[in-house]
Amino acid sequence: MTNYAVVAEGLRVRRGSREVLHDIGFAVERGSVTGLLGPSGCGKTTLMRAVVGVQIVAGGTVTVLGEPAGTAPLRNKIGYATQNPSVYADLTVSESLRYFAAILRAPAGDVQRVIDEVGLSSHADQVIGDLSGGELNRASLAVALLGTPELLVLDEPTVGLDPLLREELWTLFRGLADKGVTLLVSSHVMDEAARCERLLLMRDGYILADDTPDALRRKTETADLEQAFLHLVREQEALA
Amino acid sequence: MNATLTLATARRILTQLRHDHRTVALMILVPSLLLVLLRYVFNSEQAFSAAAPALLAVFPFAIMFIVTSITTLRERTTATLERLMTMPIAKLDLLFGYGIAFGLVAVLQVLVAAGISLTWLGLDIDGSVGLLLLIAVLDALLGTALGLLASAFARTEFQAVQFMPAIVMPQVLLCGLFAPREAMTPVLEWLSNFMPLSYAVDALTQVTHSSDVDVTLVRNLLIVAGCGLLALILGAATLRRRTP
Repeated sequence: MTNYAVVAEGLRVRRGSREVLHDIGFAVERGSVTGLLGPSGCGKTTLMRAVVGVQIVAGGTVTVLGEPAGTAPLRNKIGYATQNPSVYADLTVSESLRYFAAILRAPAGDVQRVIDEVGLSSHADQVIGDLSGGELNRASLAVALLGTPELLVLDEPTVGLDPLLREELWTLFRGLADKGVTLLVSSHVMDEAARCERLLLMRDGYILADDTPDALRRKTETADLEQAFLHLVREQEALA
Repeated sequence: MNATLTLATARRILTQLRHDHRTVALMILVPSLLLVLLRYVFNSEQAFSAAAPALLAVFPFAIMFIVTSITTLRERTTATLERLMTMPIAKLDLLFGYGIAFGLVAVLQVLVAAGISLTWLGLDIDGSVGLLLLIAVLDALLGTALGLLASAFARTEFQAVQFMPAIVMPQVLLCGLFAPREAMTPVLEWLSNFMPLSYAVDALTQVTHSSDVDVTLVRNLLIVAGCGLLALILGAATLRRRTP
């Protein structure tokens, strides 16, 4: 068993005639929280889709938990939360989760567990379509937590959440990582980056940096990650 | 394929419908209301009895087609399908789940429509009522399966709605409802041979006029069921785990 949950090499993705991911390579350590940071449209979602194996790729390889991404053995080992909440708007929170739990053959108590974990206990019997944006997001995140995923791929899971809930979710992510779960979490908010052990900074389909938050600050001689990102962008543009 | 997952999917879809009373009411009552309307448009039981069997095939077929194509398209365009495709569920589990759920609604729809036609509206049939129901249900399932398949070729709900006149109407025009198929020009008759609804209408017409269960009837039923199954399997082939 390797120490890496995800290894991408030479990953290229085309959308139409445009290449949206250019020769991307990175590795995500098992049991870590890795942040995928970058502005909207930089290819974060496409990269995550390639990791969960729903993206048609033009070249390169993505290996997840030792298997090629998207292959059958991985299908109950990965929890994936898409950026747009993927839940059935006309079901209640628990009805929707019961369906996904049946597919994942998750134990009976799992639905209640994940509802509690995302803080939706008081909304369990509410129809999802009536929830607020942040609640909707959490209903979608809950699905990814069902069963015992070894890898969680979460696309902007904390968008639209109040600071307290965001804090709670990051504590939950941290706790999962401590139990050995690997998390790949995207965000376009730099202040979330500091909570990750490792960061992948993306821009225009390239990975600008793959390092720890401390090392990034040190190398760019900046105080915060927003500045570090800007520094790296300017450096790249100067090279181009 | 896994029966547990197929049934879980069917149950999920029925639960979704349970939250949407208006859709259920429309699906179950509209065919019956149209038949009632038709009965009084003709204002004669004979004329109604001549057209009604074909319409018992046409209405459930058309309604199930449109409902299914929209619902499936919704699954494709919201991220739920993408999420399901990362999970251990086979594409056929999903599609057969849809088939079972909408098939059950179709049974209910046909029971109400046939019940009203046979009692209140004075539809007279020589063959067995059970067989009439079976054909109508198979036909509704065919509509469901074609709707599933059609949803693969629509990008928006607006396009999906347009498939109804494009795929359903030609079949309705050529199925023998407006003119007997044998009386149409050879090209049209030949075309109608490729349309599964024609066989459903032939079978229903036969059940209305005779109590014989002969080879032709069985063959027609097999064609309708086979086309439905084929559409479901083609529909599964259009679901992709990986998308651009």
